[in-house]
This record gives sequence, structure tokens and C-alpha cells, in this order.
Amino acid sequence: MSVDAENVKKIARLARLDVPEERLEPLAKELNDLLGWIEQLNEVDVGGVEPMTSAVETQIHLRSDEVTDGNIRDKVLANAPKSEEGFFVVPKSVE
Amino acid sequence: MSDLTKLSLSEAVSGLRNKEFSSREITQAHLEAMEQARGLNAYLTETPDKAYEMADASDAKIAKGEGGILEGAPIGIKDLFCVDGVKTCAGSKILGEFTPPYESTVTAKLWKDGAVMLGKLNMDEFAMGSSNENSAYGNVISPWQRAGSNAAIVPGGSSGGSAAAVAADLCLAATGTDTGGSIRQPAAFTGLVGMKPTYGRCSRYGIVAFASSLDQAGPITKTVEDAALMLGSMSGFDEKDSTSLSRDVPDFVSACTKSLKGMRIGIPKEYRMDGMPEEIEKLWQQGTQWLRDAGCEIVDVSLPHTKYALPAYYIVAPAEASSNLARYDGMRYGARIDGDDLNSTYERTRAQGFGEEVRRRIMIGTYVLSAGFYDAYYIRAQKVRAKIAEDFKKAWEKCDALLTPTTPSAAFGIGEVSDDPVQMYLNDVFTVTANLAGLPGISVPAALDSQGLPLGLQVIGKALDEETCFAVGGALERAARFNAKATRWW
Repeated sequence: MSVDAENVKKIARLARLDVPEERLEPLAKELNDLLGWIEQLNEVDVGGVEPMTSAVETQIHLRSDEVTDGNIRDKVLANAPKSEEGFFVVPKSVE
Repeated sequence: MSDLTKLSLSEAVSGLRNKEFSSREITQAHLEAMEQARGLNAYLTETPDKAYEMADASDAKIAKGEGGILEGAPIGIKDLFCVDGVKTCAGSKILGEFTPPYESTVTAKLWKDGAVMLGKLNMDEFAMGSSNENSAYGNVISPWQRAGSNAAIVPGGSSGGSAAAVAADLCLAATGTDTGGSIRQPAAFTGLVGMKPTYGRCSRYGIVAFASSLDQAGPITKTVEDAALMLGSMSGFDEKDSTSLSRDVPDFVSACTKSLKGMRIGIPKEYRMDGMPEEIEKLWQQGTQWLRDAGCEIVDVSLPHTKYALPAYYIVAPAEASSNLARYDGMRYGARIDGDDLNSTYERTRAQGFGEEVRRRIMIGTYVLSAGFYDAYYIRAQKVRAKIAEDFKKAWEKCDALLTPTTPSAAFGIGEVSDDPVQMYLNDVFTVTANLAGLPGISVPAALDSQGLPLGLQVIGKALDEETCFAVGGALERAARFNAKATRWW
């Protein structure tokens, strides 16, 4: 599997990263170098192996479903790039 | 007073308790040392007002005969940990002036035990890097230099600021985080002890997330006992992190002097890499001999999937990172670069806010998780990860802990490795296996190389058996008698 400039454009779009046109080819090369190195994993026989999901086998801890936090609107908004009257202000996204 | 910065954490805590000096005095000594060492770029934010306030509170407690296990001891905090009211930016521009209105569980525990905060430490952006050359706020310079040269050396990474600060006596100890080796590698590069505990031992709540199934917090310290003392404070179950382990925290400090008689130490043959410097090989043999002398039985073991650990890591970690870093959209916190519409605002904010290595990993992560590739990459990597964990389980049938070098080389100069990502990634070849399998690992300084730079040995233990890591680490420390310090040039 190898990526070309068109793939890079698509990945950048999915990742919401603005990539200038002239960087598409060099990035494709970089990604291919890395993917080529990663491809050695295909040598490993993983037949019948369950993918690892947790490092230490443990029962997930359950807690009671209670509200323990809240009423901190101003704290939540304190770091916003833009806010007004208790709301985040974001670019218009509905036409 | 400046001698107070030379103390170990344990020595300082006992001197404070015995009222040989005050917390204000030892805090002031460190703040002065920090001011003189700004050229190392180890601290991103110094918090002298907070430090004095905490020091005075500690002195009041000590006067009344009260106080915790770290009462009055000034430490540094990696900039990945949220501290209430103190700018936290994870070495990135995208967080802007982000000032968390909450506290990470690990730092809350340290303050509860009496530690005093000196400031926030520089790091590779979002903990992605092995040399601290990926910080958006400039390189950290190691206090160490090659003999007869004043070329700037990297402190390792990603906890490079933590390592440089402890090595240069700019704090008694520091917190770090370790996703693929980010505590142990910089500790090895700077002649310090670095401990990554079992996954889940420390809560991840309030630590800026990189790769959630691998990230663990731990200490970087001057001695093994200091690491045990500090990890004891940092550890423990936390309701706010569903992956934290509900297990008692053992007495790590007393483990440091435990006898090794009859203990079986495994030497994994796959860690003998082609092209590994002879000095590393010799040090490893020396370490083996030290443990034999301490009463250990040495056994050869095999971890056949070792060579697949790094490639598996470079699927799992970027995949999880691309997902975790999706939150930086410039809407709710951090920097925003305005575009023509919502999407272009996202794209510009993220393209300008993230550095090159972070963007590279987001791209890789997005690709391996994208439709049609998920099974071929991510699921396969998680299966290989299971094989790596299985290798360790088999090794534990023959031994109680493993001894390996921490890194395949000593520290390198700034700019010497940075243009080849894969070459840089190889720094973590001996450490990343413990992250993938969730096991505890400690790096202990063991010798200087022919150029006068520190080298470390690593002990990997069974899950939840940090005590054996500390016991073997303590024995290595006593045998190595490593007491070299960087000669002050800054």
C-alpha cells in the first residue's frame, strides 16, 4: 500500500490540516517511507490472536451514576478564543 | 545556601523534617539556580510566587510537627500535567495561553504530600519526540557536554526539560510521562533515575493525552530511593481515570534495599542489536555481573517479537494521537487562526498550531484509522502487541525481571539525528516494549561512555511489580556508584 499526493490531500482533509499544494508530494514520500518501515509487521503470523485492548487484565470499575460536577460555566468559557454572554462564539457554519 | 540544590529528594525531606533548613530556604536556592540556568531552556513557566506560598505553608506545618512525605520539597512539573491556574501548553502553540481551571490527579497527590511547585518544564510537543527538539518553545540543552567539546547535547525526550532540570539541580525531582520511553530515555541521557510504572498505576486524569493506552506518569530523580518516594506519592486508584488500577500502593522505598538473593534475572537475547556500540554491550555485561554478585541467578530468555515493537508502536501511538488531538479545533480553548469558514478555520488553526512532527503523526494516525485500512494496520498492530505481551509472559516463567540497556547509544548533539524520523524513533527500541505490554521499567545511571556522557541500564518487571524494579535498580545503583555530575558551564 502506498500513498500519492491525492491520498495525502484526502488524509489532510480528514485530519483538518491545511496542507499547501507544494507540500503534497514531499509528504507522500515521507508517509511512504514510514509506511514501508511499518509494513514489516506483515511478517508476523497473527492468526488466532485477539487484538490487545488493555495492558493489565482488570475489571472495569463501576461508579454510581450521580452528578458530581457542574455549574462552572465561567470556568469552562475562561479559555475560549471567543465567547459572548455565556456561549462559545464560532464561525458561521449554517448557510 | 546553594548547596541545598545538591541534595537528593530523600535527603532534603529529612533535612526539612529535622529543621536543618526551611522550605523557604531550599525553595529560594532552587529559584535562584533556575534564574541562572535559563540558557538551558528547561522551564517554560517559572512559578516563584506559588513556590514561596507553598513553601511557607510547608514551613508552618513542619513547625507544628505535621506534614506529608514530601513536605517542603521543591519539584518541577512536566508541562503535560494540568496545574490549576498555571499556564499549561504541552510544548505546543495550539494550546495558546491555556490555563487549566482544574488539577491533574498526580500533581494534586504531590501537593497533598507537601511538595512545592517551582514551575512547568519544557518537553517535546505533545510528548512526541526523543530529543526535545520538537518543542514549540525551543530546544532544551542538556547540562551534559562531551569531554573537550562545548557542542550542545540533547537531554533526550520527551521529558527533556524534566531531565535537564534535575540533572542541573534546578529542582529536587520532576514528574515525567512515558509513552514509548519518554521518562527512561532522558533519564539515561542525563545520568538520572527514571521510572515508568505499570500502566494504570498513576491516574492519567489531567495529563494532556497523547496515546491513551500507552501514556503513564512517573518520576525523574537523582536516586532510586527518590524515585520510589515520589512514585509512592503519585500512584493510586482514581475515580476520574477508568483505566487506573484499583490496587494498594506498596511501600516502594523499602523495596529499594531488598535482598536479591535467589532472584532470577533474564537477559533477552533480542536486545543485542546489530551496530550497537561496544560500550553499551560492555556495560550490559557489567550490569549482569553486578547482579550476579548481588546473589541473582542470570538466565537467558527470548522475546522473539522485539523487532516488531517499534513499528507496532508507530501505528498504535499515532492512531490514538490523531483521535486525542482532534479536540484541538480552536473553538473551545487554545489558539484560533480565522479562516473563510468553519472548516478552513479548523484547518488553519491546526496546520499552524501543531508542529511538524505532530502533524506527521496525525497524518499517519488518520491514514491507518481511515476506512478500509483499520484492520490492516490498527487491528494488526494490536495483535502484534498481544504477541509482544505474550513474549513477556513466557519470559516470566523463567525469570523475575529483565536487565537491558536503556538506550542504544548515549545522548547525541542537537541537529545530529533530527532529519530522519525512523532513526530518531530507534532511540526507543529498548523502552517501547514495556509500554506496549504495560509493564514497569526503571532506568538507572550506570557509567559514562568514552566521551564522558552517561549511559543507563534498564530493569523491566512484571505488571504491578515495581518493587522488584526498585530492588534490582537499587542494587545496580549501589554497585555502579555512579556519582558523576555535569560540569557547570551555564
